[in-house]
Amino acid sequence: MREDAFFPLPQGERVTEPAANIVNMLYDTLIAPFADFEFMRRALVGSFALALGAAPIGVFLMLRRMSLIGDAMAHAILPGAAIGFMIAGLSLFAMAGGGLIAGFVIAVGAGLIARSTELKEDASLAAFFLISLALGVTIVSVKGTNVDLLHFLFGSVLAVDDPTLLLIVGITSVSLVVLALIWRPLVLECVDPGFLRSVSRAGGMAHIAFLALVVMNLVGGFQALGTLLAVGIMMLPAVISRFWARDITGMIGVAVGCAAFSGYVGLLVSYHANLPSGPAIILVAGAIYAVSVVFGPVGGLIWHLLPQRHLEA
Amino acid sequence: MTAQLQFRNLTLGYDRHPAVHHLDGAVQVGSLTAVVGPNGAGKSTLFKGVVGVLKPLAGRIERNGVDPQDIAYLPQIAEIDRTFPISVYDMVAMGLWRSKGLFGGIGAKDRDTVEAAIEAVGLTGFEQRPIGTLSGGQMQRMLFARLLLQDARVIVLDEPFNAIDAKTSADLLALVRRWHAEQRTVLAALHDLDVVKANFPEALLLAREPVAWGKTADVLTNDNWVKARRMCEAFDEHAQACVAAA
Repeated sequence: MREDAFFPLPQGERVTEPAANIVNMLYDTLIAPFADFEFMRRALVGSFALALGAAPIGVFLMLRRMSLIGDAMAHAILPGAAIGFMIAGLSLFAMAGGGLIAGFVIAVGAGLIARSTELKEDASLAAFFLISLALGVTIVSVKGTNVDLLHFLFGSVLAVDDPTLLLIVGITSVSLVVLALIWRPLVLECVDPGFLRSVSRAGGMAHIAFLALVVMNLVGGFQALGTLLAVGIMMLPAVISRFWARDITGMIGVAVGCAAFSGYVGLLVSYHANLPSGPAIILVAGAIYAVSVVFGPVGGLIWHLLPQRHLEA
Repeated sequence: MTAQLQFRNLTLGYDRHPAVHHLDGAVQVGSLTAVVGPNGAGKSTLFKGVVGVLKPLAGRIERNGVDPQDIAYLPQIAEIDRTFPISVYDMVAMGLWRSKGLFGGIGAKDRDTVEAAIEAVGLTGFEQRPIGTLSGGQMQRMLFARLLLQDARVIVLDEPFNAIDAKTSADLLALVRRWHAEQRTVLAALHDLDVVKANFPEALLLAREPVAWGKTADVLTNDNWVKARRMCEAFDEHAQACVAAA
């Protein structure tokens, strides 16, 4: 029992028999923080929504060898959000709007240049996000305000309010619908882009829509986790999934499950150990990653080390 | 006879340098034509032009009402990501794109069609295998199954039998003959002249410029080959603008 806890125990009816102590303890550890505090419930719902939207996007980014693109996009969003902050203060919609605009301009611009010149997507995106970052920093310094950007960099999932929660859930809903609509060309563009080009012009449209989804989910994620860690809830579960599933449907299932689990456990860890919540969530995902690399049934390291007889055929 | 593909003074190339130069002629509906020539003769470039991937530098291609996207095309080097987690079945089913598009469902009848195509190329039992586990020959069989499902009037095959064993080549050639029997127009780039002589009624010998085009026996003569080798000079960095282009 946590009599010395910072937060008071709930006053509800409690089981007291010795045999049931363990039940109380589990309740206190795993459920009470969410049952007792609204900000924990909001944070949990926010994390689950992020997991549902961002993890499938991360799987596609990984399969297209664009794992680091999310990182670049997150940097690209930061100046837009900062400009929104300067114009309208800590307004959710100014910051989200600024981030979305900056992200869209850079994603679409880089995509178009990659398609019409010899530059590969990553090269053109690198050029764009560096320009965007420099531009953002310049604008901030010319304005002369000493903006506290810690909130942008690391977010605060525990401070998620109703409008933010609605924004995150809205972005997740849109993501899932759009992903369902562009599923076929998206998969085909990953596995055989030449064939897709030869049968349809949908590839370019699907690609732009996909980049837009990446930007939207990063903007949703940065409200809660900050620009630096929003990429984490997108990419880490995706990378983990490769060690547990062989087909894309299974990978997305594993990724979403991992992301949601990391959100839940990360919030618990941050609550009980008084750690910052965003990094705690990502660190839990990191721990799952470490376990997966070693023990994952699809190509985990341990299978190389264990002597295994080869099969008959 | 009507022309399925009509080339009119067609020049295709890269960065203004022609790889196919002033090609005139027609591919008849239902013909089976082998495109032969030394490496660098412009065979792949011609095919890219036919399927609309490459825009002509000059001249034009008339396709007799067939949209470039309705031409089934097997590139020489497919840009397939073999590590992508997709099964042979799903990959073959992509051949239904033209009839199904973005959202069309794949029903029981379509599943039978996919199964039949997989059986026709001898890959029964491989349906659920990830594509990364296939050998080179099995991969080519899978791509032929996808071509079967595309059900196209015009089929373009860029060196389909390279690095493929005799058994696989023979099986896939049988499919090519079946397409020919179904009155589809087939163009294939090939290096094995015995295969060309045995299976392809018509041939185009290309060496940047067309050397000979017609009945295979008339095209594949020693004189023509000597001519082709001589014409297939190297790409000249400082070439002058072509006078005939005007």
